[in-house]
Formats: sequence, structure tokens, C-alpha cells
Amino acid sequence: MSEKVLMKGNEAIGEAAIAAGCRYYFGYPITPQTELAEYMAKRMAEVNGVFLQAESEVAAINMVYGAAGAGARTMTSSSSPGISLKQEGISYIAGAELPCVIVNISRGGPGLGSIQPSQADYFQATKGGGHGDYRNIVIAPNSVQELVNHTIKAFDLADKYRNPVMVLGDGALGQMMEPVLLPERILASTPKPWAATGLRGRSKPNIINSLYLIPNQLEEHNLRLQKKYYDISKAEVMYEEYNTDEAELIIVAYGITSRIARSAIDKARKDGYKVGLLRPITLWPFPVDIFTKLANTAKAFLTLELSAGQMVEDVRLSVNGCKPVYFYGRMGGMIPSTKEIYGQIVKYYSNGGEQ
Amino acid sequence: MVEKIFTRPKSLTDVPTHYCPGCHHGLVHRLIAEIIDETHLQATTIGIAPVGCSVLAYDYFNFDMVGAAHGRAPAVATGVKRVHPENLVFTYQGDGDIAAIGCAEIVHAAVRGEKISTIFINNAIYGMTGGQMAPTTLISQVTNTTPYGRCAEGTGKPLRLSEMIATIDGAVYVARVAVHDSIHMTKAKQCIKKAFDIQMKGLGFAMVEVLSTCPTNWGMSPLKAVDWMKENMFPQFPLGVLKASEEVLK
Repeated sequence: MSEKVLMKGNEAIGEAAIAAGCRYYFGYPITPQTELAEYMAKRMAEVNGVFLQAESEVAAINMVYGAAGAGARTMTSSSSPGISLKQEGISYIAGAELPCVIVNISRGGPGLGSIQPSQADYFQATKGGGHGDYRNIVIAPNSVQELVNHTIKAFDLADKYRNPVMVLGDGALGQMMEPVLLPERILASTPKPWAATGLRGRSKPNIINSLYLIPNQLEEHNLRLQKKYYDISKAEVMYEEYNTDEAELIIVAYGITSRIARSAIDKARKDGYKVGLLRPITLWPFPVDIFTKLANTAKAFLTLELSAGQMVEDVRLSVNGCKPVYFYGRMGGMIPSTKEIYGQIVKYYSNGGEQ
Repeated sequence: MVEKIFTRPKSLTDVPTHYCPGCHHGLVHRLIAEIIDETHLQATTIGIAPVGCSVLAYDYFNFDMVGAAHGRAPAVATGVKRVHPENLVFTYQGDGDIAAIGCAEIVHAAVRGEKISTIFINNAIYGMTGGQMAPTTLISQVTNTTPYGRCAEGTGKPLRLSEMIATIDGAVYVARVAVHDSIHMTKAKQCIKKAFDIQMKGLGFAMVEVLSTCPTNWGMSPLKAVDWMKENMFPQFPLGVLKASEEVLK
């Protein structure tokens, strides 16, 4: 397929997963990601795959655990409250080192919150979410095309590192329609000699498990995991810079917020303000090094989020006190306008470099 | 040379188990392993281990195993079976795992008619955590969380999970057995074999509940525990085939 098609974000994720060779989808309806489950219900039947509407998000993620343990490319998707329910399973998947993709089309919280876009699940996605020392690889696309590209990449990274990968979108990305280029069918052929398939001639059983009752063995397992996370943090960082050369003020934003920031920056540049954008694409691993570099030339950082300020903590850790880090956020499903962000830029300059 | 007529099944590993003296887990493990050997399914079996006393079942079964989170074995088995529909996939779960925290997962695996088999060990108590009330704990039974005996007011009466599962259309075969003597052991083996056979024929979901003793947490000798089980558990949880749908009887 080389023609662009107009697709809704949620559906584009589904088509990308199928292109990536995913044939096992386990989900549960929740707004604003339900179209993805519905799309999979229709498409999996056409490609001889399995779509299963589970009795809960808890069951769905444990089905993913089973299918991943059995050696398949598999995924689940949900939205914030449902992702909370999946945390038990995600911890087990990380502990047992199983590859899978989890999509969070996040919405406002806490609790039942709202069904509008939000970025308030950043902590949950990047800092563990479930129990124990583990990391998800977290990718934050900012367009329907990126939802496609990064969903495919997510499957590759999951297999490469035997690790859960979360695609973190939001209600806006999931619901909006944009033209996308869908990839040709990709054959997933990562060998998985560790999978539970039945012995089939093997002499030693394959055991999928995260239990290590002997403390030094569990510590060794954790050290192995930490080594893997270190390798990921060195090899898999993704970010985008826009107008950061000689920028005095660097706006830091990811996902849908980065699109608004970009429009505001374009207007600000026309009006003579030296503003640039740094967009983390992988939220974990966080692009620490580029912050260190930009902190040499920029005068300040302004983090924009649809939250009370979550990523800003990682920005502060990365800038490490070299330059001031400011924050502006909206919550509860409220999305700032370009004008509103532009106003924050002007405010910075009119206060003589103070926010 | 004399022919060897009794040996460890190939589907069991050659290690001592951690089970307490008088516990029935080892007996049920052996029955499962014997059936898998006899039906030549060792190379294509995938077992799902629970959380509870049998959490380490993957150390004792000599085939591929997946350890599940507490109660989630039927969901995990669903994922495994959908990927490998030709394999024998079974869950092995205790009463706390299946009848409390995992109630939703077992009910809906049965509702879907998931082509898996479940072996449910009911000893009316949480063993691994040291003897707390299970959904199957009997009225007046003393446990660490019912120190004055289980009282229906506030904790309810024991759950007959197998009877409940038997009402679900997708469950085509449900039986309750015991393994405390050779007659019952033979019957138990027949029922588990039937459950596996149903799965391999693609007929639907099958479950076999095994009434079992827990001498350690019941605080009695293995022999006394068997008597207690017969006297108290058998009336509450009657043995027999609770359901065998038409396609199974064919």
C-alpha cells in the first residue's frame, strides 16, 4: 500500500499492529480507545487472528501474558482506569520478560475522571506503574502517522528486549483523523526459543515465570533486568528538535501537546522570540543527554503538559539545575489553545526571562 | 532381569516436592503426569501454575509450564491455548486462587467454553499463607482468620464452585473427586483423563475439583485429616460427575 488513507488514530493503531504481525488481541471496551477494540474485532477475523473481548482489563492483560509466553506477537489496549487495572499483569510481564505491546489512549483522572484527553498517566507509564523495579519502554507519538510507525516499532522493541512496550497516546490522538501511509505487511520472525510451546522434541521444559524465592537469585534477576534497562536507555532514545538552534527558551512537550506548542512557536518566531521545541518521543528511556546539551545554549525550559506536572520532574532531573525549568499545564481534559501557549512565551519574555 | 512395572512418570521431574506430609497435591500431580504419559501428550502439554501451595508446580511437572498471577490462570491459559490450539493446556488451582480472587477468570473461561481443562484442589483453607479462611471453608471451621470458627453471618457459607460452574453452558464436564484411597484415586484419574480428552476433542471447558486434605493447617495428622475430610467436606461438597453434557456423553 503506497497510497495515503484517512484513518482515525485508534483504527490506525490496529492496522499497524496487524502489519507488524500481531494476531492476538485481548481487550475490553473503554472510552476513548474503544474503536481500537472494535477495529480488531473486525480485522482479526479477516487475517485469521484472534480477537477476544475479555471479562475485564485484568483478564485481558493476563491473556496477553499467556499469549506472549506462548511465543506470539500480542497486544492489548485501554484507557487510563483500565490501564490501572492492567498494572498487576504488566509487572508480571516485565518480571517474566515477555514481549508485548500495551496501548494507553489516556483520559482525565484521577478515578473515573473524564473521557477527554489527558497526559496524567506519565508517572504510571514511566516510573513502573505496578510493583517491583521494572521499566516499560514508553513511546509517545504525536500524529496518526506516528501512531502507525511507533506501534510497529513497539512490537520490534518488545521482541528485541523481551519487555513490555507502551504506546502512550491520549483521547485526542485516538479520536482524530489524519491521512496516513500504511506499511506493507511485515513478517514477524523473531525466534523465541524460550517460549512455552510444548516440549516438541526439546529435552528441557520452558518455564515462564517471575518467582525467585531465593533472595540472591532474585537479586541476580533484578541486576539482569537493570542491565537490560541500561542498554535500552543507551540505544533506544528518540526525540525531535524543532528550532532549537540558538533558542533561548526551549519548550518541552510530548504527544498532542507538542503539536500545539509547535504552532505557538511558529507564531512566536515570526514575532522575534527565539523559542524552540524539544519533543521527547520515548518517555522512557527519557532523552536525558539532549537536555544536557541544550542547557549549554538555552536560557530556560518551559514544560507543557496536560497534567499537574509529571514529565517536568524528568526535565528538571535532566537539566540538573543548570537552567530554570518552568511548567504550564491544563488538567481534566482541558486542552490549551495555541494562543494560550503563545501567551506563556510572551509572559516569559515580558518578565525578563522569568515565568 | 525383572521387568519394571512401576516407576516415576516421565511427566514428573525427579525432585522431592515441598508439599507437607499427608498433603494430596503430590498425588494429584502424579495422576496428571500418568495421564499425560499414557496419552503421549508430554511433548504438547502446557500447564499453568497458580499462586498458592502449588505455585512451584512447574518444578515438578516435566513439560512446559507458565506461572500465573493469583487467580489469573484461566486467563493465562486462554492466551496460551489461543496461540497453541492443538496443545493440551490445563490450569492447576487451589480454592483461594480459583474461588476467591480468580472467580471472574474461571467463570468467563467457562462461559467462553474455552478449550482448556482446570484441576481445582479444594482443601477448604489457604495453605501457602499459613491457614486462612477460603471461600470453601466450612461453617465453624477454625482458621487463622476465623479464629472462632467460620460464621455464616458476615463471611457467608462455603461456595460450591463446581456446582456454580456446572450451570454455565460452556462448561461441558464438571466433576468432583477425592484421592484419599485407591478406589477414589482410580475414579479421580478417570475424571481428569475425561477432562483432558474433552479438550483434545475440542468439546469445550472441563473442570475437575479434587477434595484434598491440609493436615498442617487443619492441625491434625494425615490420617485424622482424611477422616475429617470425609466427615465434614463430603456432605458439603458431594463427590461425583456434576455435569456431562450431551456431546461429552457421545
